Amino acid sequence: MTSPDSITGHGNISTGVAGGDSNASATRITPGNALRPEDIALEVRTGLTKPTDDVAEYALRLGDDALILAQRLGHWISRAPELEEDVALGNIALDQLGHARSFLSYAGGAWGKSEDDLAYFRREHEFRSAHLFEQPNGDFAVTIARQFLVSYYQYELYRRLTESTDATLAAISAKAVKEVDYHRDHSAQWILRLGNGTDESRRRMIHGIRLMWPYVNEIFEDDELVLRLAQSGAAVAPSSLRDDFDALIGEVLAEAGLEVPEVPAAPGGGRRGQHSEHLGYILAEMQVLAREHPGASW
Amino acid sequence: MSPHGNPDVPASGASDVIRGARQVSAGPPTAEAAATEAQAASTTSADQANISTLSSEPVGHATENAAWGLWEVFVRSNRGLSHVHAGSLHAPDAAMALRNARDLYTRRNEGVSVWVVPAEAITSSDPGTKGAFFESPQGKDYRHATYYTKSEGVKHL
Repeated sequence: MTSPDSITGHGNISTGVAGGDSNASATRITPGNALRPEDIALEVRTGLTKPTDDVAEYALRLGDDALILAQRLGHWISRAPELEEDVALGNIALDQLGHARSFLSYAGGAWGKSEDDLAYFRREHEFRSAHLFEQPNGDFAVTIARQFLVSYYQYELYRRLTESTDATLAAISAKAVKEVDYHRDHSAQWILRLGNGTDESRRRMIHGIRLMWPYVNEIFEDDELVLRLAQSGAAVAPSSLRDDFDALIGEVLAEAGLEVPEVPAAPGGGRRGQHSEHLGYILAEMQVLAREHPGASW
Repeated sequence: MSPHGNPDVPASGASDVIRGARQVSAGPPTAEAAATEAQAASTTSADQANISTLSSEPVGHATENAAWGLWEVFVRSNRGLSHVHAGSLHAPDAAMALRNARDLYTRRNEGVSVWVVPAEAITSSDPGTKGAFFESPQGKDYRHATYYTKSEGVKHL
């Protein structure tokens, strides 16, 4: 499915910031050397790489998941239980936003659209995010429950996508998987502390997992698109991640004295543009500025 | 806790007075030093009280929820350099302190290694008795290499 161009066009895609490590100094702090969304946007704009329609649709799903979650997490800024946790959630939101920018920049290459076109000027039914990502923050334990499920899923996904036959998907995933690994650790630490903490923290943690669990099924559902892409090696079938996901979250939950709740699965439909009532409000807040002042910059 | 003003100077947030650290007065005890110490102790507990009222809202109640402890953060920016005091933070335990340190003090690629130390485990010199404690080395130029004239014929100096 992947054209030869998109494999060979990446000779220097991971070099990132000019100079990088060759300018490293013992006393000067540099931004470091990694793949940036700007690098992908540039490759797409100059025609060095272009995703197939299937890959673009797939990248749109991953980008929308990350974008909607980033928007949700960003709402915690100035509202977290402690200043330190405020920054931690903000950092995770920014990591997710970075992944969203990379995936959307790449996806847009198929249709001549920029990341901003896709983020700010699509309507609700054109978003492809799964329902888990748009779930309301609730209290801190609810947010941690959502983050726990999301980051263990994303880790299994990106870990495998580093071997995608699509070089750009592989490069984005290679950067993202390390960041998501930290998100796993962050949420697992909190699952343990809230689960094994006070009666109140435990009650809230159980409640949080119970609220989020119905949306787990959807993220592991296969459909025609992912099965086509899995066959070509560009993507992986979400269902194939489920066993590892269940085993790893099971370990953490057991250590926290918690259980997988027995609740029916929600119907889903996010990948087909069918969303819960929450997404519209998220988009209204996220898109209003760009739509009020098209082309504005600051 | 604002170490990020100038990214070229990572340790600018560090001060010579570590909040929450025990201060041991240097030299003979004086009435003045004792007063300073008492004052320092009372400010510290007042700070702690403030923190607990601010922090306990979302999880549980203030009464059953002790405030997070204060930790001092040391960041090593590169191999071969020393860990340098970067600032402080609050955390419920050592594992979370390390993660908070990573989130707060290495966001701009500042570090390759981080230490966290409970602030109360640090014993610091008392700023009130600075004079006597640090007076002795003043004026002793002969303790510096520049005091000596280079002997003729000595290479590699």
